[in-house]
Amino acid sequence: MNTTFSAIGENRTVEANEFTPEIEPQPTWCPGCGDFAVLNALKKAVSEVGRSPEEVLLVTGVGCSSKISSYFECYGFHSLHGRSLPIARAAKLANPDLLVIAAGGDGDGYGIGGNHFMHTARENHDIVYIVFNNEVFGLTKGQASPTSLKGHKSKEQPLGSAKDPIRPLSMGLAAGASYIARTAAVNPSQAKDILVEAIQHEGFSHIDFLTQCPTWNKDAKQYVPYVDVQKSEEYDFDPRNRVEAAQMMYETETALSDGKILTGRYFIDNRPSYQQEKISRGSMPKEPLAYRYTDQNYKWERSFNYVKNRHT
Amino acid sequence: MDSEIIWRIAGGSGDGIVSTSENFAKALMRSGLNIFTHRHYPSRIRGGHTYAEIRAGPSELKSRGDGYNFLLALGDSFGRNQKIDSAYYGNERIKPLTENLDDLNEGGVIVYDTGIIDIEDVPNFSELVAENNWHVYPIDLRAIAKEEGRDIMRNTAGVGATAALLEMDLSPIEALMKAAMKGPIFEQNLSILRNTHKMVSDTFEFTHDIRFPTGEHSEPQALVSGSHSIAYGALDEGCRFIAGYPMTPWTAAFTIMCGLLPDVGGISEQVEDEIAAAALAIGASHAGVKAMSGSAGGGFSLMSEPLGLAEMVEEPIVLLEAQRAGPATGMPTKTEQADLDHVLYTSQGDSTRVILAPGDPKEAYEQTRLAFQIAYGYNLPVILLYDQKLGGELRNIPVSFFDREPNPTMPGTIAESDLPNAPHHPSGKYHRYRYDAPNGVSPRSIPGQKHGRFHASGNEHTPEGHISEDPINRVIQVDRRMSKFSAIRDYIDSQDISTNTEYGPDSAPYGILTWGSNKGTIEEAIDRLNSSGDPIVKGLSVSDICPFPTQQVTSFLDSVSKTLVVEMNVTGQFQGLVKRHLGAYGDQLYGLLKYDGNPFEPAEIVAGFEEKIIGDN
Ligand SMILES: Cc1ncc(C[n+]2csc(CCOP(=O)(O)OP(=O)(O)O)c2C)c(N)n1
Ligand code: SF4
Ligand SMILES: [Mg+2]
Repeated sequence: MNTTFSAIGENRTVEANEFTPEIEPQPTWCPGCGDFAVLNALKKAVSEVGRSPEEVLLVTGVGCSSKISSYFECYGFHSLHGRSLPIARAAKLANPDLLVIAAGGDGDGYGIGGNHFMHTARENHDIVYIVFNNEVFGLTKGQASPTSLKGHKSKEQPLGSAKDPIRPLSMGLAAGASYIARTAAVNPSQAKDILVEAIQHEGFSHIDFLTQCPTWNKDAKQYVPYVDVQKSEEYDFDPRNRVEAAQMMYETETALSDGKILTGRYFIDNRPSYQQEKISRGSMPKEPLAYRYTDQNYKWERSFNYVKNRHT
Repeated sequence: MDSEIIWRIAGGSGDGIVSTSENFAKALMRSGLNIFTHRHYPSRIRGGHTYAEIRAGPSELKSRGDGYNFLLALGDSFGRNQKIDSAYYGNERIKPLTENLDDLNEGGVIVYDTGIIDIEDVPNFSELVAENNWHVYPIDLRAIAKEEGRDIMRNTAGVGATAALLEMDLSPIEALMKAAMKGPIFEQNLSILRNTHKMVSDTFEFTHDIRFPTGEHSEPQALVSGSHSIAYGALDEGCRFIAGYPMTPWTAAFTIMCGLLPDVGGISEQVEDEIAAAALAIGASHAGVKAMSGSAGGGFSLMSEPLGLAEMVEEPIVLLEAQRAGPATGMPTKTEQADLDHVLYTSQGDSTRVILAPGDPKEAYEQTRLAFQIAYGYNLPVILLYDQKLGGELRNIPVSFFDREPNPTMPGTIAESDLPNAPHHPSGKYHRYRYDAPNGVSPRSIPGQKHGRFHASGNEHTPEGHISEDPINRVIQVDRRMSKFSAIRDYIDSQDISTNTEYGPDSAPYGILTWGSNKGTIEEAIDRLNSSGDPIVKGLSVSDICPFPTQQVTSFLDSVSKTLVVEMNVTGQFQGLVKRHLGAYGDQLYGLLKYDGNPFEPAEIVAGFEEKIIGDN
């Protein structure tokens, strides 16, 4: 065990309430906001997998949802709008022993940070990415987001949005995410289970978490009644089959526009994570790089040898 | 007889001009000469006129020369539109000859490949030759190459011809070829080299004056570019993570790092864009690894927001900014110094970044190390601002210069063993941003350390990192972050390395002030201006752009009556910076600006000084 990062790998029993920060135990989200459900599910999931606060890095973007880093006790990093993923994935490369979770809104992840979403999924970094999908820009007061339904009205879209929503699950699949699920704030136990699976999955786990925003998306549903596609008799598909998964995602995204809430695990693939790929190619060390800086015995390479061999 | 050779090898992009010239430069260095190279190339992979210039002589060289005296014109084998004068690019095959005639000095030598270049296509060639007293040696290099090996080996034939005409010993060239090539390729090149050398020596009567100058090094030398120096500086400071997106001219340093890092158990990442690149450097650094990123000005524009984030969360990172001619895509392969304001002022809010602009490869090595020391000592972003000129120029440096100890330390990071006794919020969060930190540097903890958890936020925050808009907290945190600069100033001044370099006689009445990669060029100009007798001028080359060396610049300006400010941009950005800090001296500053994409030659500075400083009397 590493003695200079001793929070890592303690293997002790962790209680969900250890993730409640004393400094601000009560989030300042609006009453009825779906974000509370993500927070609660995350506390339960991380404690269930036995990771303690100081071995977790939670990187968020900017938005109502991204404030979760203030309400979840751990090493938190509330970064920039749309930029949680590149920060999170580099931290994971620097120290793969950390549990790295990235989180943010639908605008954050599918809009301004969409390019990072595509590439982080493609690379299959072993991190969990939670998108709080409330189909609206919450923090900036109700503008249409990439997932807003056509016709969404706001002060900026006074005549209703003329755009169709993007299809987030299908995007994750096409980009290369290896675990893709959708859950909803109204279903805490499914949400917790999915988060546990996502944490345990080795590779990029993309969770589209439906979180109602009663303040700016009033006509929007409370995401009830929901259907779990794994439990319902009506649906039969294999989430390990890419083609069937794609079909089910398409149906689910279309159903949401019609007010029907489908949730569950959509895609599970066991292709190697990015870090496994890099290690197997020798382009990443086996021992976490972060530990080297506290290793008193490490013999640091120096440029002198390269200069002598290559430049004289 | 000239005491130095300035040799240009010109051909098409993709013709192997660069590697041929680098090997020849190394051979010249091994023969005891000092080296300074300059490259010209278009933003195309195949075709387009390109040249590499090697200045070699027995005494120290700090700049490219004025013009040049030996042309090896290989012809552009990828050239399009042969013989179609009306085509947009004209006849490209002959460009390696025609495009280089303007700069060739009187009495210069021309070797051209009759296998590609039809001299009938070159307008007024014989008149020009007569006018300038050039000595022309037409040789069918292509045929010689084909006879022994392949077409492309005509570069080797050209080197053989060059060596013959300079009466240079072939052995250092052969030794390098032997080290770089194997089997039949080596055999073929070797006979091409020797055959051409013999043929030229036997066939031609030499009418030119230029011969190989003799020189000797007192110790072994290494031929390095600014980009190499930067990579080696980073390596020796323990940087083991780089993220980037290719963009000329930063790509050179990025490529070198990507080659080195797997070798030393580091990680390199080519990512989707430069926002991600800078963000990855932040993420890796946050998790405890020394990290860097970089780009040219265009990519740096995208880094603007993560740069501000690094300032706000006090994340140590080093960013390279390799300038090229802008705006927008500008001239990708041409040099300029017009990103000074960009790097100083980009990103919202009052900034807390350090900017260093090295003047030569030695400074590039030392200041890259300094950049990491400051970043990881004071927990903020440090930018190394350089340009296409410094990045690409090769110079010889004593090998012993690089014989130094590595420094992987991170003085701004707290050890886990110190965390239990460090200040914490009653809730258990570590005071990562404590008010009373000495020199404003509040040590950072690293995820995974026990008792180190805190909240990093791009929002203004309390000591434990909680988001806060409280005005009292705000002022304390802003003041603390800003207060690092006086300690950083002291730290730079305490280092025994070259940052701001004064040059020339103390008593000189006039000054030349510059920054970054013009350092060597103004020094050579100063030597020439002073060579005729009384000391006239001295120089100051500034590297610390921020924190600005106010005292040193003040005493320099105080000691002269007028100062020429030399820089490669059109708006006089550095002069503007000097005035921002030292407005009272505004009247005694005269700008000498160049923005055609090419670096200054010393003669241009001499002429500019005579016109603007002496002529103004
Ligand atoms: C570069 C940048 N542009 C715009 C903003 C303003 N902004 C903050 S959050 C946000 C949108 C939030 O929507 P979403 O990501 O869906 O999060 P939510 O608030 O709904 O949870 C915007 C536009 C910003 N902070 N940074
Ligand atoms: S505005 Fe909407 S998303 Fe934001 S806290 Fe309130 S309910 Fe939640
Ligand atoms: Mg939203």
